[in-house]
Amino acid sequence: MSLQSNKIFNSHLRSRAIRGMVFYGICLVCVCIGIAALGTLLVQVVSDGWSWLTWHFLSDYPSRHPEEAGMMSAIFGTLWVMAMTGIFAVPVGIGSAMFLEEYAPKNKLMQIVEINLANLAGVPSIVYGLLGLAVFVYWMNIGRTALAGSLTLALLVLPVIILASREAVRAVPNAHREAAYALGADKWQVIRMVVFPGAFPGILTGSILALSRAIGEAAPVIAISALVYITFIPTSPMDRFTVMPIQIYNWVSRPQEEFQNLAAAGIIVLLVVLLSMNALAIFLRNKYQTKSDE
Amino acid sequence: MNNMTSPKSVLNTSQLSVYYGSFLALKNVDMAIQANEVTALIGPSGCGKSTLLRCFNRMNDLIPDAVVEGKVLFNGKDLYGSEINPTEIRSRIGMVFQKPNPFPKSIFDNVAFGLKVNGYTGKMDEAVEWALRQAALWDEVSDRLKKSALTLSGGQQQRLCIARAIAVQPEVILMDEPASALDPIATLAIEELIRELKQLYTIVIVTHNMQQAARVADKTAFLMVDDARGGYLVEYDATSKIFTNPSDSRTEAYITGRFS
Ligand SMILES: Nc1ncnc2c1ncn2[C@@H]1O[C@H](COP(=O)(O)OP(=O)(O)O)[C@@H](O)[C@H]1O
Ligand SMILES: [Mg+2]
Repeated sequence: MSLQSNKIFNSHLRSRAIRGMVFYGICLVCVCIGIAALGTLLVQVVSDGWSWLTWHFLSDYPSRHPEEAGMMSAIFGTLWVMAMTGIFAVPVGIGSAMFLEEYAPKNKLMQIVEINLANLAGVPSIVYGLLGLAVFVYWMNIGRTALAGSLTLALLVLPVIILASREAVRAVPNAHREAAYALGADKWQVIRMVVFPGAFPGILTGSILALSRAIGEAAPVIAISALVYITFIPTSPMDRFTVMPIQIYNWVSRPQEEFQNLAAAGIIVLLVVLLSMNALAIFLRNKYQTKSDE
Repeated sequence: MNNMTSPKSVLNTSQLSVYYGSFLALKNVDMAIQANEVTALIGPSGCGKSTLLRCFNRMNDLIPDAVVEGKVLFNGKDLYGSEINPTEIRSRIGMVFQKPNPFPKSIFDNVAFGLKVNGYTGKMDEAVEWALRQAALWDEVSDRLKKSALTLSGGQQQRLCIARAIAVQPEVILMDEPASALDPIATLAIEELIRELKQLYTIVIVTHNMQQAARVADKTAFLMVDDARGGYLVEYDATSKIFTNPSDSRTEAYITGRFS
């Protein structure tokens, strides 16, 4: 019997094709909305700030007079804070991830730890700021220093680094662990020679992305160091400091047009730093992937 | 059931049972594996061939809820005795897995891996070359030792895994369906290699391919599983006997069923 004569199938070819087209259209509109919003933001920021983005803007301290103001202290503050945040958060993050994936027993306690870790990654950043203020600034008496700011940001990014590192550790094929064990490697050797090298690209990428999130954070740093008028570059972790988002926030909140332009110039600098960090992360990921992929 | 205990037997199990949690995967296996012979483990999937194999180098220790009962003797010593270090055992009883699993490192580093973890003090280059020659891979890779192992074909990768196991100079090599992921030509190369290697090593091979067992093995063990009980050993004898004149009707049914 033939399909045509009996009509067992009603394939609706035409209406299926139309529905497919409609869905394609919706997706296209969605992506356009995103790109348009981003494009508008960029165009506005660049047109406001471009002409203010001069060498003196990068190499001068903040000032009451917009044409003399620069963001050098904020740039260097950000560099200091990021370096220290990385030094604190990355090793602790890797260690925690290794413990949770390779050593921790699978019991109730570990489940609770895991759930809370995921929750911590979602806690608003101002909460970390207040925690850092209470613990580092007052209780440990570190003061409103770059060190206190870095420790606070390290706490903020730690859950993200742990989650990314665990993902990377989990992605190392079990077959590689088994192969190493079967050759007479012990647990430490398996972790050092197989798991860590295998997870390294993922850990690196996750850490850079987590740090680039920390660079843009203003709220927790405001809680630690409310200062903007810093007319020196931190020379030690115990110096006072400011960072780029705070400087930008301060300029934006002033009424004068010129400060709005300064803020736009600051945003351009911040965006350049962020985009280069993300580009670095992508570059490293691709580099290691092509080296180790099948 | 034949229980071939002789002074030459390298591995001896008695009343060996394995549980995964409360699930009985393997029940009361008694068998003796002779030195410099190839012993094949055959049987339907799920009958516990891999489980049995992993008892021999204590890989089951890595599965948290696996429990091994009964005895395994390795050169007369209790393999599960308290003075035995499973890490050391695994360097003396090597293993090759079903799917080739080279590390994402260079060919050289793959072979050198076991040497490094076991603190080899000799010349690394020479040991790597020796192992690759033993695995009949040297001629194919000698000019690209620094290349990633993942650039090799599946059959070459599996021979690399064999070279990697050999480099550590084990007494026994366990192979879990080493050719099941390979094409027929690569499979023949592996079988040829296994026949060569038994001069120097004792080999236990799991295979689901009965012609393969017939081609390479001196002894063959047939395992089965049914719903009422876990996997168990039905018959263990010389390969020629198992394939031409098995004593157990279940062995005959299995072998003829697969051959026809
Ligand atoms: N890690 C494990 N946890 C629980 N059950 C397992 C595990 N490994 C194997 N099994 C079970 O044990 C039985 C025997 O498995 P296996 O030894 O892999 O059989 P074979 O290699 O003969 O196919 C199967 O029923 C399998 O599902
Ligand atoms: Mg198996």
